[in-house]
Amino acid sequence: MTKILINNNLVVKLIGEIDHSNSNKYRHEIDDEIKRRPVRNLIFDFKDLDFMDSSGIGMILGRYKTIKGLDGVVMIASPKKQVEKIINVSGLHKIIPVYESVDKAINSMREVAYNG
Amino acid sequence: MDNYLKLSVKSDCINEHLSRQVIATFMTSLDPTLEEICDVKTAVSEAVTNAIVHGYENLTGTVNLTAEINGKELYIEVEDYGRGIADVERAREPLYTSQPEKERSGMGFTVMEAFMDYVDVISRPGLGTKVIMKKLIGVAHEM
Ligand SMILES: Nc1ncnc2c1ncn2[C@@H]1O[C@H](COP(=O)(O)OP(=O)(O)OP(=O)(O)O)[C@@H](O)[C@H]1O
Ligand SMILES: [Mg+2]
Repeated sequence: MTKILINNNLVVKLIGEIDHSNSNKYRHEIDDEIKRRPVRNLIFDFKDLDFMDSSGIGMILGRYKTIKGLDGVVMIASPKKQVEKIINVSGLHKIIPVYESVDKAINSMREVAYNG
Repeated sequence: MDNYLKLSVKSDCINEHLSRQVIATFMTSLDPTLEEICDVKTAVSEAVTNAIVHGYENLTGTVNLTAEINGKELYIEVEDYGRGIADVERAREPLYTSQPEKERSGMGFTVMEAFMDYVDVISRPGLGTKVIMKKLIGVAHEM
């Protein structure tokens, strides 16, 4: 997992697989980062994520609740086909917008800030 | 029956990945698409994870993965001898989870149903749970 902070957008890149064996580890790493740094929005970069099951859905929803409490937004960028399928089947896409790339996700934030 | 597989693993989370890899390899003789392999891996991951986190909770037990190939049909059973489910109908409802504090989303059964053609859950409280799943492989892309 790699983490970069761009302005107040935390970009978290998850590589490989998310399942019950590692979802807790990711949950704590991300929460620590949110506590330690001035994070408002969270972007999951799924470009190199090959597999995710419902343990990942739970982990993302948990971070969504935290970020919502900070008045921020959670986004998903560049999911592969299988990962996008579970995002849709679980209904996650109804509350977490999915973008083609991290850049597009961050740009959407700029537009929201500009218009709002 | 064209082929079958029986795998018994300890209820340890490292065996979730193993079960996915084993089922993916087992089904290759059906000439599946990448999407079909991913669907089956996800469904098996859900059922095996449920056996570990709900069936046995913090205890140790055995999870059995059985698979069969009959023509174009892949048949899968995931079985535990754990806690069992008192109300299967409620357990299968989207968003129902008995472990919200562990950030479970209650979407495991919904995912299995979406990714497989058939899902049945047989459970006896105190005795265990068996999840039966079926999927026709290589049929959609032939039409
Ligand atoms: N093998 C099992 N043994 C005992 N209870 C089970 C078993 N499988 C599922 N359950 C019960 O059914 C409920 C729903 O399962 P489901 O997989 O849909 O959601 P979850 O596991 O709680 O959350 P998620 O899969 O999204 O992480 C569980 O919360 C649990 O109470
Ligand atoms: Mg589950």
